[in-house]
Amino acid sequence: MEAVAILIEWGRYLLSGISITMGLVISALAIGFLLGLAISLAQVYGIRPLRAAADVYVWFFRGLPVLVLLFMFYYGVFPALGLDLSAFVIGAVVLGMRGAAYQSQIFRGSIQSISEGQMTAALSLGMTKRAAIKAIILPQALRISLPSLSNEYPEILTDSAVCYAIGVMELLTRTSVIVSQTYVTLPIYAACAGIFILLNYAGMQAISKVEKKFAIPGFGIAAG
Amino acid sequence: MTSEYILRVENLHKRFGNREILRGISFKVKKGETVVFIGPSGTGKSTLLRCINQLTEPDAGHVYLDDEKITGCGHLISKYRQRIGMVFQSFNLFDHLTAVQNVEIALLKVKKMKPAEARKKAADELGRVGMLDFSDHYPSELSGGQAQRVSIARSLAMDPEVMLFDEPTSALDPELTREVLEVMKDLARSGMTMLVVSHELGFAQSAATEVVFMEGGKIIEQGPPARIMKDPQHPRTGEFIGKIADQ
Repeated sequence: MEAVAILIEWGRYLLSGISITMGLVISALAIGFLLGLAISLAQVYGIRPLRAAADVYVWFFRGLPVLVLLFMFYYGVFPALGLDLSAFVIGAVVLGMRGAAYQSQIFRGSIQSISEGQMTAALSLGMTKRAAIKAIILPQALRISLPSLSNEYPEILTDSAVCYAIGVMELLTRTSVIVSQTYVTLPIYAACAGIFILLNYAGMQAISKVEKKFAIPGFGIAAG
Repeated sequence: MTSEYILRVENLHKRFGNREILRGISFKVKKGETVVFIGPSGTGKSTLLRCINQLTEPDAGHVYLDDEKITGCGHLISKYRQRIGMVFQSFNLFDHLTAVQNVEIALLKVKKMKPAEARKKAADELGRVGMLDFSDHYPSELSGGQAQRVSIARSLAMDPEVMLFDEPTSALDPELTREVLEVMKDLARSGMTMLVVSHELGFAQSAATEVVFMEGGKIIEQGPPARIMKDPQHPRTGEFIGKIADQ
């Protein structure tokens, strides 16, 4: 069969897109996590101007289509700043900044769901507010966040395909190259889809391992 | 030179919105005394305790710990709070930590003790409240009485000079109340200075050196427990004691 022969011939080319796609996803998740955490802390504990800045950030990055953001930063913002970054880096950063807006709201909700008494008790023991956030509030908030955070992985994995539009050599870009070279469509797109589904499954398995590892009896949703 | 009073409260005022919760509270506590605050709910007893360690900032008045003024001391307050333990009605154990971790966390993060040293001290304190066997239990795996004993151990681990108890047994049924009160009585006997908001008249009678009756944000009457309970000078004191004794 022609399709099988093509897949064998182009298989290595397609599969090497996995590391690019996963590179985008993991960088974006990491940026989203760190930036999202900082934004949530600014929203909950920050002084008024900091809170306002965080609110504007979230409103901006959640309010625009991901493709608009990508073009805006690829063709506009980074060149205007005189930064000559690769498409891969820009893709990872934009997905990460957008993810931060979403993740920040997960963290904010978790922080605010922790009872006031936890902070009060920490302060009464002589902890500073900063120490209490670090030692008491965040370890709890992050655990509470884990189930919702696991939604971020498939979100960003699927969103990563928009990086096709700026020429990052990820899975969809490679798929299109193969299609344009061979004029075979369905089997090639099916192979691409199959890889995304496998990556999704593998990622979710890893996340549920993390959830189990950090689970504490009687605490949070991952209890038991 | 230090005075004989470990804690002095002078003319504390606090209002929330247009509700005046504390209307000029003053008292002094000597080292080793146990003072029990009684009075109808909403009369500012808990607010008073929270104003002492500045979890709530009073609008006016001052608090002195061992003659050092701690009101308005800014970021130094965390230093003073290390010297004033506090036990809460709802325990407020850290939910993500085991019993022994609850006790040692402030030793590690605040006193910067070495892990082995902190663990030993935490075990000692758990032993003191009879909770050593539950070291590795999480808060959700403890009864209310056990959780409150752990929270007392957590405060004691900081070697405080004064302990504040904010209705420590009002979330507990009578059986569990007793085990917590036993620990508190031991503590009082050992010479700890204690301020206790509680309606446990039995505890007041056997452990208090002084009972303070508060109403409407003011101290109505104070004195040794025997006198306050048997021979109150103010009619409201007698009425209130009669009411809770009936329950």
